[in-house]
Amino acid sequence: MMYRNYYGRSPWRDLEQFQREMNRLFNTVAPSRLRSATGYPAMNIWANEESAIITAELPGIHIEDIDISIAGETLTLKGDRKPEDLPEDACCHRQERGYGAFTRTIELPFLVDADKVKAVFNKGVLQMTLPRHEADKPKKITVKTA
Amino acid sequence: MASKDKALEVQKQEVPVPEGTEHVRNQRVYIPNTDIYETDDKVFVIADIPGVDEKAVDITLEKSILTINGYVEPQPPEGYALAYEEYEIGDYQRRFTLSTEIDRDNIQAVVKDGILRLYLPKAKAAVTKKISVKAG
Repeated sequence: MMYRNYYGRSPWRDLEQFQREMNRLFNTVAPSRLRSATGYPAMNIWANEESAIITAELPGIHIEDIDISIAGETLTLKGDRKPEDLPEDACCHRQERGYGAFTRTIELPFLVDADKVKAVFNKGVLQMTLPRHEADKPKKITVKTA
Repeated sequence: MASKDKALEVQKQEVPVPEGTEHVRNQRVYIPNTDIYETDDKVFVIADIPGVDEKAVDITLEKSILTINGYVEPQPPEGYALAYEEYEIGDYQRRFTLSTEIDRDNIQAVVKDGILRLYLPKAKAAVTKKISVKAG
């Protein structure tokens, strides 16, 4: 998956609102900056120089069914969404919610310190904080006069 | 159990807005994926609303129209810039017309791990009001 493509540090929310207003003004359709996800789940990546935060919406998944593994600069998220427990005599009128096992692998923007990775699951949203590895952080080089 | 299994869906679908109008909140509104099941005495409505707090769900049943509203407060991580975006955060809204008479006083709603589960007990046949016609 292509990822190393930064938008920079601009205040996107404000810009987006401005863009929406401009679109309404000119009544044009702007191409969305949303990338289509290559697999389930769709992920958002937030980054700064120190770390990255990856979020994914995983409604109804039990924490014990989430498996996160990191190897070098690759993160693999595995999980399984179980079907609903229903009484036997239930008849189905509408089924839109999918379920089953999923695996998604993404390439991170930098080497991650796997020991310090934190993952929080709240209200069906998974948030992983991935600190950049010390060895991978940019070093400042002072230039001395000879 | 359901007759056919559904695969996991990646993309969220937006609620269509009539042309020339906008949502009140400056946010996108999505259609939550929903399952509806029925047993002899209950109707189950199960909707995926990731990111919605249990206190931010509005459910109304007016006549036979069931409306589900879930509001999300986006909390962008401080000090971070959005580098890559595959999904957007938004509210959820959906309406259903129920064909069964519901016992309104005993509706139960539970929100857990981004799922709303609604249990709508069917009204007992005995509750049906009988109107007697008197001769004038």
